Amino acid sequence: MRGMNGIGSKAAEGESRLHALMVASLGGDAGAYHALLDALSGHLRAFFRRRLAALPDELEDLVQETLLAVHNQRHTYEPEQPLTAWVHGIARYKLIDLYRRRATREALTDVLDEEMEVFASQDHEAMDAKRDVGRLLEQLPDRHRLPIQYVKLDGLSVAEAAQKSGMSESAVKVGVHRGLKALAALIKGEP
Amino acid sequence: MKTDDLVAMLASEADEVRPGTAQRRFGLAMMVGLPLSALLMMATLGLNPDLAEVTRQGMFWVKLGLPLALAGISLYAILRIARPGVRAPAAPWMIVAALMSIWLLALVVLVQAAPAERPGLLFGETWVACPLSILFLSLPMFAAAIWALRGLAPTSPPLAGATAGLLAGGTGAFVYALHCPEMAAPFIGSWYVLGMALPAAIGALIGRLVLRW
Repeated sequence: MRGMNGIGSKAAEGESRLHALMVASLGGDAGAYHALLDALSGHLRAFFRRRLAALPDELEDLVQETLLAVHNQRHTYEPEQPLTAWVHGIARYKLIDLYRRRATREALTDVLDEEMEVFASQDHEAMDAKRDVGRLLEQLPDRHRLPIQYVKLDGLSVAEAAQKSGMSESAVKVGVHRGLKALAALIKGEP
Repeated sequence: MKTDDLVAMLASEADEVRPGTAQRRFGLAMMVGLPLSALLMMATLGLNPDLAEVTRQGMFWVKLGLPLALAGISLYAILRIARPGVRAPAAPWMIVAALMSIWLLALVVLVQAAPAERPGLLFGETWVACPLSILFLSLPMFAAAIWALRGLAPTSPPLAGATAGLLAGGTGAFVYALHCPEMAAPFIGSWYVLGMALPAAIGALIGRLVLRW
């Protein structure tokens, strides 16, 4: 039973700090959003590592896939809901999805209830992702790939990206948005 | 791509998000699904010609009330389970309570009736058409609810699909009750319930296929 209270209070602390970041990011605060995703990637890595003992190679891929899902589903978060429950719901869904794809039966029961644990620990030692999201990006059609490449990776402004790609500014914005969804779908479709 | 790069990429995409997405999507789904279902009923089956008269009977309101209750419970549940980490633990019990109420009423009616009348109370004149018509009239709401769910993130696709199906079934049965001439509780408790269960079962199967994210 050692450390149970420790886990509880650390998790509660994480909840209130990350909840504030989430609420700010939903209001359009990119700095808060960056801090949130950073913290979440550490929490998710620690959360998944304990549950992927049999599939260690999958860890970083799953962290990335879950971060992308967090991003694509952020409109399903309501501020009155505990962020812990929302993130745990997504993480658990992605983990079970992976188990199903791999047809392993690794301690499914272990995943089910320990909601509080998601924010209890962090792990910032990223291993190399086996799946290269950058390579997947190349499979997207130009109307999705170019906006993401120019705006997200090269750091151009939307106006510059529009000029460079010959697309309208709104098409660039839509392209980034849709492209990230398409990327998530590609990841899901990968065996 | 390194995870840190992915984080940086996603972080620059911090668009403002208005709360209440689930409510807005299902509000829109209802506004399209319910009138379309009513239109479908008027065009193919027609209103019950004795409608004005039957509104004076209590059973008519029971016949409207059961589908309305089940649709309401499903709507409450689906607005919750369409979002990660939100459950609706009370919903199964509310559904059980609604079903128990109509079955209890049906039982009382059957027990009190003369044995020769009982088959008529159960089967009426339209027991084959009833569940199939309800399934048919549930289609617009079914499609609309699946559309609404596809923009959200249900963590149990089969359960979300079944709930969408029950919402559609309740809507379809509500609309069908405005056409249907049957007035016996045993009939409502069997064929209406079957008609609403069909889209729910179909929803569970379809949900598994189309609601993953």
